[in-house]
Amino acid sequence: MELPVLEQILSANDQIALDNRELLRSRGVVAVNVMASPGAGKTSLILRTIAALQGRQRVGVIEGDLAGRVDADKVAKTGTPVVQINTGGGCHLDAPQVRWALEQLPLDRIDLLLIENVGNLVCPAGFALGEQAKVVVASVPEGHDKPVKYPGIFVVADGLVLNKVDLAPYIDFDAVAFRTAVRALNAGAPLFEVSCKTGEGIAAWAAWLEALRPPDI
Amino acid sequence: MAAMHELPVTQSILEIALRHARRAGAGRILAINLTIGDLTGFVDDSIQFYFDYLSKGTLADGARLAIERIAARVRCSQCGAEYAPPDSRIWTCPHCEALGGEVIAGKEFSVASIEVE
Repeated sequence: MELPVLEQILSANDQIALDNRELLRSRGVVAVNVMASPGAGKTSLILRTIAALQGRQRVGVIEGDLAGRVDADKVAKTGTPVVQINTGGGCHLDAPQVRWALEQLPLDRIDLLLIENVGNLVCPAGFALGEQAKVVVASVPEGHDKPVKYPGIFVVADGLVLNKVDLAPYIDFDAVAFRTAVRALNAGAPLFEVSCKTGEGIAAWAAWLEALRPPDI
Repeated sequence: MAAMHELPVTQSILEIALRHARRAGAGRILAINLTIGDLTGFVDDSIQFYFDYLSKGTLADGARLAIERIAARVRCSQCGAEYAPPDSRIWTCPHCEALGGEVIAGKEFSVASIEVE
C-alpha cells in the first residue's frame, strides 16, 4: 500500500536553525552569516565593521574556526562581546554550535550579530544557522573565477563583498569578469567593493548592514 | 558537498517515514519514494548508505529508497526561456545570451510517499 507523504525534508540542523532564528527575533537581533575562503579577510572586515558602526549599532561576534581563538582575541580587544567556536575538524558552522554560542552572548545588548563561518566556499552554503542574511566575501588575490568555480555559495548570498580592491593594480584580476559571473548567479544581492586596508567602500557596506531588520515572523 | 552531509538529512528522512507509517498502523516500510533536485548536492548512494545503517531494527529496516532526481532548470530573466544551466560555467541563456535567471527546478528535497504493509 502506498501512503502519500509530500513532506519537505528538514534536517535536524534546519530545525535548530529555525529555533535560533526565533530566539534572535525575540531579542531584536539581526544575525549575519559571513562566509568566505580562508584569508579573504572575514575577520578584518568584521573589525572594520565594528569601528564603522561604533555608536550606531551594538555589535556582537561569533567566531568559527577549526582551532584556536586568534580571531576572537582580536575582536575582544575592541570591547565587543565575542564567542569562539572551535569546530575541531568541522568544515562549517552548524546550528547547534551557534545555539550554544547564542546562550553565551548578552543578546539584549546586541543589535547586530556577525557570525564568522569557517573559511570554506563549499559547505557553509548548505547549513542554515538561523541568520537573517548570508554574506559571501571574495577577495582580489583569490582571482575573478571564484563565482564560476563555487556557484552554490554565490547563489544563496544576500550580500556580496569584494575585499582587497587596493591590490587590484598588482594582480591580474578581471573585475568585469568577476561582476559578470556574480550577476549571472545572483542578480539581486548588492556587491560592495571594499578594502579593509584603506577603508574604501566600508561606509556603504556598514550602512547596508545597519538597514537590515530582524524578521517579523 | 562532502558525503558526510547526507547523515543529518537521512536521519530526517527516516523520522518522516516512521512517523507516517506509525500513524497508518503499518507493520513494515517496504520503500520510501524521495524527490531530490540536482542542485541540492545530495548523493543518492550516500543517502542509501546512511539509511541502511540508521534504519536497522526499525519499521524501515531493509526498505528500498526510490529516488526521483529532478534536473536543474532556469528561467531566463530577459526572454523568459527555460534552460538547463551548464555545470561549472556561467549561466547564460542559450536563446538571448542574457545572464542568469530564476531557478525553477532542481532544489526539491522531499519525501513523496512510502510503501507499507
